[in-house]
This record gives sequence, structure tokens and C-alpha cells, in this order.
Amino acid sequence: MIASIAQRAHRNERIALNVLRFAAGFVIFAMTMLLVYLAFEGTKTFFVDRFSIWSFLFSPNYDLDANHPGAAIFIAGTLMVTVFAIAIGGPFGIAVGVFLSEIAPPRMALVLKPAIELMVGIPSVVYGWLGLTLLVPFIRDHTSSPAGFSLAAAGIVLAIMILPTVISLSEDAFTSLPPALKEGSLALGATRFQTIMRVLLPSASSGIAVALILGIARAVGETLAIQLVIGNATAFPVNIFGPTSTLTTVIVGEMPSATEGSLQEHALFSMAFLLLIIAMVLILLVRLALRKRS
Amino acid sequence: MLRNAAIAALVLGFSVSATALPAFADTSLTVAGSTALLPLALDAAGVYQTKHSDVKISVSGGGSGTGLNQVLAKAIDIGDSDIVAPPGSPLTDNKVAVIGFAIIINPALNVKSLTKKQIQQIFGGTVTNWNQVGGPDQKIVVVNRTRGSGTRVVFEKTIIAPEKVVETGLTEDATGTVVSVVGQTPGAISYAAFSGTHQKPVTEIAIDGVAPTEKNILVGKYPFWSYEHMFTNGVPSGEVAKFIQFVETSNDLLVKNGFIKISDMKVSESSR
Repeated sequence: MIASIAQRAHRNERIALNVLRFAAGFVIFAMTMLLVYLAFEGTKTFFVDRFSIWSFLFSPNYDLDANHPGAAIFIAGTLMVTVFAIAIGGPFGIAVGVFLSEIAPPRMALVLKPAIELMVGIPSVVYGWLGLTLLVPFIRDHTSSPAGFSLAAAGIVLAIMILPTVISLSEDAFTSLPPALKEGSLALGATRFQTIMRVLLPSASSGIAVALILGIARAVGETLAIQLVIGNATAFPVNIFGPTSTLTTVIVGEMPSATEGSLQEHALFSMAFLLLIIAMVLILLVRLALRKRS
Repeated sequence: MLRNAAIAALVLGFSVSATALPAFADTSLTVAGSTALLPLALDAAGVYQTKHSDVKISVSGGGSGTGLNQVLAKAIDIGDSDIVAPPGSPLTDNKVAVIGFAIIINPALNVKSLTKKQIQQIFGGTVTNWNQVGGPDQKIVVVNRTRGSGTRVVFEKTIIAPEKVVETGLTEDATGTVVSVVGQTPGAISYAAFSGTHQKPVTEIAIDGVAPTEKNILVGKYPFWSYEHMFTNGVPSGEVAKFIQFVETSNDLLVKNGFIKISDMKVSESSR
């Protein structure tokens, strides 16, 4: 009797472990297949259509009729919009993270933190819609932008979208610091501001690096919200209030109608592969930053 | 524990698939593609479904290029398109109507007509201010459609050719979006189908003095028009054929949405 209970327990454990192994194996298999598929399709532009990688990355001439899909405009667009977003959202996010962890009274933090985490759940199309109906007319009426669709509109929308991520992660970075650090600094007579700037921020730097890098990762991959407000012009923006395109907006704009097997489809796959590479590089950076911490 | 989880999963699976059962009992049609044809397709689908309660029709946009791609891949039943399919494709062309397209400008501009040459210069980027074409001193804001748009192909073929359209203007991906952007942006100019522009807050201007009306298209005076094609993969049959027939013969719906009956046309062109 007792032996069969033990046998059943062992059998259940074997089944459970195999189910977990299967799940993990399946996910790893799916991700690898995705990578291989994107790499295969994404390099067709260079091996099948014989278009040079240099031209793809650095030529601003995106002319499909001449079989010359130079993606420099879109790469620049992705970079510019990301820099814009992190320049606004980064400092703001860290500041709010510091506020929440160090300065806010506990009751306020109890309410604010879930509210900010809720913001992460808002679908990006909602941010895009608000940008389209509120921000674009505002920019049109108050700046030199002729239509309001601009790099600035996309940058502002993106900054708001990455704020919750940066806030949450930097707040976590601060609360996970050993309290002895803060207490020691205050005991030595430093003010709260001096403690934050000279002691806590440097110690939390790797956690803040993670916050910023994940914010950048979200900004690089954002598609719909940007496409609604950036104007989608195939040109470098004349200034911060001019329209342009990014890798994500051109993929979503052209992929559904690209003929299978055409140079356009291959070029779009190459752009998708490029985005995947950028994302992988960012994640590698996160791992490096985390390793420094431990 | 595992047994309870398995039972829960089975019950969930059954209830989810049970909600899908009614769909199996009906015939379902998927229609997608041209945003110029979209208003007519939506109207017709609505009327057809009230008359035939056992048919479910889902209609969406996405542009002519998307419609062609999806019907080629047999992902949808009917692909709407403003343009003909590429030569050698297995698609069957079912022309259902004629649609006119208008050059639209922001209503605050008091320009009533442009010549073909002026339109080519504006969209080619060589003319950049409205005062160069008889309007006020205001920068021209060009709004284009994306490359997958049938409307854009018709525009380039009938008005712009042999010149080219410059890509540095704003680009939007649907008829409705273009019309609303032009309506709200001072100095904007674009092109869209009558089905999206009639009775909307934009000004439809004349081309070479010819007004954008159905009458001028019937007699071939106004050049900016095309057939609306409902492509099917192979010869259409059953409900698909009946629905296409219904769209082609619904005169009241055609007129209401700004389309023209093919049989009313005094001219015809095989390349549109």
C-alpha cells in the first residue's frame, strides 16, 4: 500500500517534469525557428537579389522601381525617435522612480505604484490615437510643422509610453538597495538630496541601466502608435517638426501588399531582421549591466 | 491535481469551441482590399445578410494590394481592388462598378481647378507653394497613399505618367485617413475615390477645367476613374458568385456611395 503511494508520487513527478521539459523545449524550438526564418528571409536581399549590405544600411535612396531599397532613412528614423523618447522619458522616469522610492510618503506610493503599472497595460494604439487627436493638431497650430505629423509627435508619444517601464524599474532598483547605505549616509549628516545624488544613484546605476535599456527596447519596437503620428514620409525630417518614417512603420505599411518573392518583400524582411538584431544587442547590454551589479 | 487540471482544460476547450459552432452552420464569406470599394462592400454586405440570414460576410479594408495578395493566397474569398491583377495570375476578374477619383484639397483654399501639368508639378515636388498655381501664399502639403494602394496606381497611371510622384510628402494608408487629413490640414492636397470624398469636408477640384462628376466620367471627359474589381481565386461559385452578382446589380447602393454602373458607361478601357 505504502509502496504504491510512493510509486504514484514518483510517476507523477516524472510526468510533471516531462511536461515542463516539453514546454521549455517547445518555446526554445519556436524561438530558434523564428530566428532562423528571419535570418533566412532577411538575407535574401543580399544573396538572392544581390543588393549590397552597405547600400541597404547607408543609402537614403529607397526606390523600388529601380530595385534599390536603401533603408538609411528608416534606420535613422528609428534611431532619432528612440533618442528623442529616451531623452525625455529617461530622466523623467528615473526622477519619478526616485520620488516613489525615497521621498513619497508610503500611502502615496501605495496608490501611485499600481497606477503606474496599470499604464504599462494600456494598448499602444490608444496612445497613438490620443497623439493623433490631441498632439498632432497642437503641433500643427503652434509650430512650423505644416500638418502636425512629425518626429516630435512620435517622440513625445513614445516618451509617454516608456515612462511606466522606466519608472517601475528604477523604483525597483532603488528599493532593492541595502537600507544600510541610506541610513549610513544620513547618519553622517548628509541631506536627503545629497544622499540620493551621491550615494544611492551611483549604487543603483546598474539597475537604472536596465530600466533605460528596456525603455529603449520598447521604443525601438513600437509600431502603431508611431505610424499614426509620424507622417510616414520617405525622407529625412527637415527638422524636429517634420514627418519621416521608421523601420517599424515602413514594415507595417508595406508588408501586407508586398508581392511574395519580390525585392520589396525581401527588403522588408531584412528590415525586420535588423530590428531583431537591434533587440538582441540591447538584451545583451542588459545582461552585461546586470552582471556588473552582482 | 493533474487530473483536475486536465478536466478543467477539456471543459474550457469544449465551451470555447461550442461558441464557434453556429459559425459552422452558416456560410461565411471574407471580403477585403480596396478602401475605395469599402463603403459599397460594407453596405452591400449589410443588406445581403439581412436578406440571407444564413450567410455571414466579413468586410475589411487594407488596400488593393492587400486584397490581391490575400485572395491569391486563398486567405479570403473576395479581394477588392481598384487595379487589374498582374498578368498570369490565376485570379478571376469580376468587375462590379466604375469609380471616379477626385483631387481633393483643403476647403479653406479657394482653388477650383488645376491643369494636369500643375498636378504633376505639385506631386513631383517642383511646385511647393499655392501662390504658384493661383491660390494663396501657403505651403503645399502633399499627402500620398502607400505603395500598396490601388488608388495611387490609378492616379500615377492616368494623371501623373510619365512623371513620378515624390515620396517626401505625408503618406497615409486608407481612403478615409487621407480625406480626414486633407480636411484638417491647411494647404493639403491629395487624391481619393468619390466614395470617400463626396459630401465630405474637402474640396474636389476640376482637372483641366473638367469637373469631377459621374456625368463627365460616363462620356469619358474626366480621365481619373477605374473599374472596381472583386477578384476571386478561380471562377466564383455558390454564395461568393451570388454576392458579387448582388453588388453589381444594386443600383441604389451604387449611386448612394458615389459609384457608376458599368452598363451606363459610354467608354470602356481594358487596362483599368
